[in-house]
Amino acid sequence: MLRYVIKRLIGIIPILFFVSIFIFLFVHLIPGDPARLVAGQDATLQDVEVVRQELGLNQPIHIQYFNFISGIFQGDVGSSIKTGRPVFDEIASRFMPTFWLTFWSMIWAVMVGLLIGVISATKRNKWQDYLGMFGAVSGISMPSFWMGLLLIQVFAVQLGWLPVGGLESWQSYILPSITLGSGVAAVVARFSRSSLMDILKDDYIRTGRAKGLNEHKVVWGHGLKNAMIPVVTMTGLQFGFLLGGSIVIETVFSWPGLGRLLIDSVAFRDYPVIQAEMLLFALEFILINLIVDLIYGFLNPQIRYD
Amino acid sequence: MANPETAEVAAKVTLSSESVEKSSPIKEFWKKFKKQRLAMVSGIFVFLLIIIAIFGPAIAPYSSEEPDYVNVLQGSSWEHLAGTDAFGRDIFSRIIVGTRISLFVGTISVLLGAVVGTVLGLISAFYGRWVDSIIMRICDVLFAFPGILLAIGIIAILGPGLGNVIIAISIFNIPNFARIVRGSALSVKSTVYVEATKSIGAKNGRLIWKHIFPGTASSIIVNFTMRIGTAILTAASLSFLGLGAQPPTPEWGAMLSNGRDYLSTSPHVTFYPGLAIFLTVLAFNLLGDGLRDTLDPKIKD
Repeated sequence: MLRYVIKRLIGIIPILFFVSIFIFLFVHLIPGDPARLVAGQDATLQDVEVVRQELGLNQPIHIQYFNFISGIFQGDVGSSIKTGRPVFDEIASRFMPTFWLTFWSMIWAVMVGLLIGVISATKRNKWQDYLGMFGAVSGISMPSFWMGLLLIQVFAVQLGWLPVGGLESWQSYILPSITLGSGVAAVVARFSRSSLMDILKDDYIRTGRAKGLNEHKVVWGHGLKNAMIPVVTMTGLQFGFLLGGSIVIETVFSWPGLGRLLIDSVAFRDYPVIQAEMLLFALEFILINLIVDLIYGFLNPQIRYD
Repeated sequence: MANPETAEVAAKVTLSSESVEKSSPIKEFWKKFKKQRLAMVSGIFVFLLIIIAIFGPAIAPYSSEEPDYVNVLQGSSWEHLAGTDAFGRDIFSRIIVGTRISLFVGTISVLLGAVVGTVLGLISAFYGRWVDSIIMRICDVLFAFPGILLAIGIIAILGPGLGNVIIAISIFNIPNFARIVRGSALSVKSTVYVEATKSIGAKNGRLIWKHIFPGTASSIIVNFTMRIGTAILTAASLSFLGLGAQPPTPEWGAMLSNGRDYLSTSPHVTFYPGLAIFLTVLAFNLLGDGLRDTLDPKIKD
């Protein structure tokens, strides 16, 4: 197991390296002069030069890259053009709302998705299966912003049960989590159905049935345990889509999180914030994938000896 | 979702007496595909959408951009099936005209991504070694940005607009195709007939293009259909966020975004464009599912 962990850890180093280069180059790919962008349109040429000096943009590119990386390790990723505050502070205050939103979305999505998947697999080709799978493909096809607005329309505007948007109390989490998690629930349902169906064909399931175990025990005790292995991987990967999805959902629900900050920053061309957010999202995603890989290796010994 | 029972039935049908006569791959495909009723219905729906996309402005009952300040924010009626928006424009007409935009953006961006991704995947599988490593590492980097984030990053560089949305979604699709094509090309590469062709001295280009590429075609077609739905959804999301189509373009996501201000009084302004996106994406996804079950039952989600 230890060898496997080390192998995976070494494996992500080149990815981290290339991702950091990609994000570093980001500023240089934006059309126009970044120093001019920071100094403002009315700044004199001299002011622009001063800003260029301050940001180190006049140094050779490899030195700039080095500064960029050492800045990340010191928690210094520049200042927001829009507010002038350090990017680190801007992001830190937005991190938790996004984290909890994705967390709760994931929790309900996995539970409901698994339930639908198991019911569909055991009631194969019956109406429960058709209903579940049609619901799942609908969940994948539904534009999240549309679903969010429909939920707001019904539960916030008409019934007045839940807040329209923003983050004030625990009730604020309900509608955004439902919206954000629905796509993941759909994917989990489809995936656990096909995974469980494969497993239920296996010999040891037949043995379980033959020795008189009740169907409930066979499915939940024997089948699901083994069907879970690929589902875990799939679910982990869905975390990335939740992170991406949160960008849209946060805009719909005026959520004070990272996603809305990103969209505001793109509109304002606040590139230090965009850069830091891209980096953070990518790091989170790489980290989650790593954890998923490790869990997978732990659950499935075959993988470790490849 | 692979549906082995349907496949079994289809296999039996293929073996039965009536089909002992010559059966071409297309005939066989059609026989299997016909069993997938949902996919068939979706296919017909997609076909209708294509017709609407081609003739859109000609069949729309009203102008899509001309304001009509007498009929602002009207609900559904026989005159305006989906009501009117804040400028009095007929939403139904705007949805019809917008079909072309959504289908075009979805198809072209997946097509561009598929072409580049397929070439990279074929090269990666065929040459292996360092070429393969480099291409796959680039894919890893692109995959490191979750979901829509890569597209937003690219638009942050290029600036908002529909053209840039197409570029962003194409790039977003490249690694996906590269990996899938690489995977299936690797298995084709190790088959006996490719080995045989190689041993009689076929050139690399010919080997890849004439012998390996056709073997990967079914996985490309399936993935292509499945990705169009996602591409339309992503494009609509970007327009909704204000990064794609700009007003007064009748793009569905942008229309929905405009309706947000009237959510409490006129929910129909957001409802119908969203429904159009939903049904279109649903049709492409169901069609993709059906094609996958027919062409490539081995692939699962």
